[in-house]
Amino acid sequence: MKPRAAVFKFASCDGCQLQFLNAEDELLKLAGQVDFVYFPEARSRALEGPYDIAFVEGSITTPDDARRIIKVREESHYLATIGACATAGGIQALRNWADVEQYRRVTYPSPEFISTLSTSTPISEHVRVDCEVWGCPVDQHQLLAVVRSLLSKARPVLPAYSVCMDCKRRGNVCVVVARGAPCLGPVTRTGCGALCPAFNRGCYGCFGPADDQNMESFARLLASQGVTGDDAVRRLRGINGYVRPWRETADAIAADKK
Amino acid sequence: MSEALHMPQPALEDLIAMLWREGFKVLGPVARDGAVGFDEVRKVSDLAVAMRDTQEPGRYRLGQGAAGEIFGVVNGAFSLKPFFFAPEETLLEAKRERRGFKVSEVAPVAPPLAFIGVRACDLAALAVQDRIFLHDRFHDTHYQARRKDAFLVAVNCARSAPTCFCVSMKTGPEATTGFDLSLTELEQGFVTRSGSAAGEAIAAKLGLSAAGQNEVVSAKARIDGCAAGMQRGLDPTDLPRLLYAEAENPRWKDAASRCLSCTNCTMVCPTCFCHAVVDQEELDGNMSRRVRKWDSCFSLEHAHIHGINFRPKIENRYRQWLTHKLAAWIDQFGTSGCVGCGRCITWCPVGIDLTAEVAAIRAHPVKR
Repeated sequence: MKPRAAVFKFASCDGCQLQFLNAEDELLKLAGQVDFVYFPEARSRALEGPYDIAFVEGSITTPDDARRIIKVREESHYLATIGACATAGGIQALRNWADVEQYRRVTYPSPEFISTLSTSTPISEHVRVDCEVWGCPVDQHQLLAVVRSLLSKARPVLPAYSVCMDCKRRGNVCVVVARGAPCLGPVTRTGCGALCPAFNRGCYGCFGPADDQNMESFARLLASQGVTGDDAVRRLRGINGYVRPWRETADAIAADKK
Repeated sequence: MSEALHMPQPALEDLIAMLWREGFKVLGPVARDGAVGFDEVRKVSDLAVAMRDTQEPGRYRLGQGAAGEIFGVVNGAFSLKPFFFAPEETLLEAKRERRGFKVSEVAPVAPPLAFIGVRACDLAALAVQDRIFLHDRFHDTHYQARRKDAFLVAVNCARSAPTCFCVSMKTGPEATTGFDLSLTELEQGFVTRSGSAAGEAIAAKLGLSAAGQNEVVSAKARIDGCAAGMQRGLDPTDLPRLLYAEAENPRWKDAASRCLSCTNCTMVCPTCFCHAVVDQEELDGNMSRRVRKWDSCFSLEHAHIHGINFRPKIENRYRQWLTHKLAAWIDQFGTSGCVGCGRCITWCPVGIDLTAEVAAIRAHPVKR
């Protein structure tokens, strides 16, 4: 029996679940191994739980979603978050530092119909998560490696070291050292294969913090490159801004400025 | 040392063409993305001609050099390491069969490589890697396949970067062993020597004449001048004992307060050989590849064993790296793991300088 898999969407752009469909060369193999019984983006037929594997995309931003994720957890034997939104709160976690009520009134002609939370939070703040797949979007190879591990009844192992390791394996010249470019690579988890530095740009931190990093030193490095105050805060409060080490560092820099 | 020959500049062009004809893929220092790196060269103008590097801890810039100077750049981020010890390669494949599975080795694809412009430090590093991968009975077949036919043209250094400290590590600035041909660049051409039978054969084909006495003197003066002008040094006196005794020196914490644990120093180090071996399964479960990748003692996972991580803090990892490199390496391999190329200093994003760390520990020991 093929495992029953489900793909759920919360507050997100759909880019991560699209990585399944973008895996064109692997799609037939994937369909041969896993039965996606609930995947609204891919098929109109949607079956009820329970599910063996749930892939959850998106963050929790509404009271309805806060209730729905609990039901998803109850129905799912194994739950993996996919992407920066589900794993860290996403870019929309910028609201966590803003006045959401004001946004609501300014943005919508009839704000009374909008029911929203004042924060965007990762899935792990609401339910137990078995595996976190980072990235904006997730890396297709990592996503399929997780599927394969689960099929083999093995614990998925995803690399958590810095982008620098893959950057050097790839033979890139360091943009920090050779160009003085601000780059989040040294404190960011690998997964993209050091994509941006390969095109001579600093890393944006799409895969969130590496497993261990020295944010105090990194903040000093940014400052030495002239990246201070709001500029430094904006770099850290990006795609994964709400995740703890980056949040705390950005908050400290912001507090310092005041 | 073999006889000194005079190689006029056009003969370098001939050398490159000859090596290609002999079946080598020829690589040399080429400017790319703001640094030099070994890349394919078909002609002298492919090399980083008339360029110079400016290096300091955490900073590297490529700029204009002396007109006509071919080997003006000391080095770049990458040594010879990636060409012999591949950053990532498949070692074997396992295919599912009707009953059980079949394992087959994956032979490395290894065209013979010729390198032009290898510095003495990098030759010394290659000897260290040879000691690791080709020692005694146990040969790493993948490393060996790439290494065995390599042709190495060394260039003796006429200037050093401020991050260089080969003199104190006794590895340079002159290449004395481990090369096929060596060059010392002069205003007009090179003084060249052969260091192997293969080198001698190539030199003979080039039809070079003996170098004049003044050229030999001038070549020596350049190398001596480079050695005399070297700014950095690492005092190797009794280093293993010092570092073992100073395992609890507060300087490790101090270094860790700066260290990003990003792994860059180990990646650019020409001798660091740590690697991870991972299995990569095909999605249908019918085939699996066993892949070897460069790894680093600065990653948290590296020290993760069943149930525990024995180097959880950056200070543990920095100490592990430096103590292994400069002390345990000697116990293990009979040679230091450091050749004084200075890459870990230049390419550290925050410019941590191991020579300064060692000096600080030496100056303020906690144990006597």
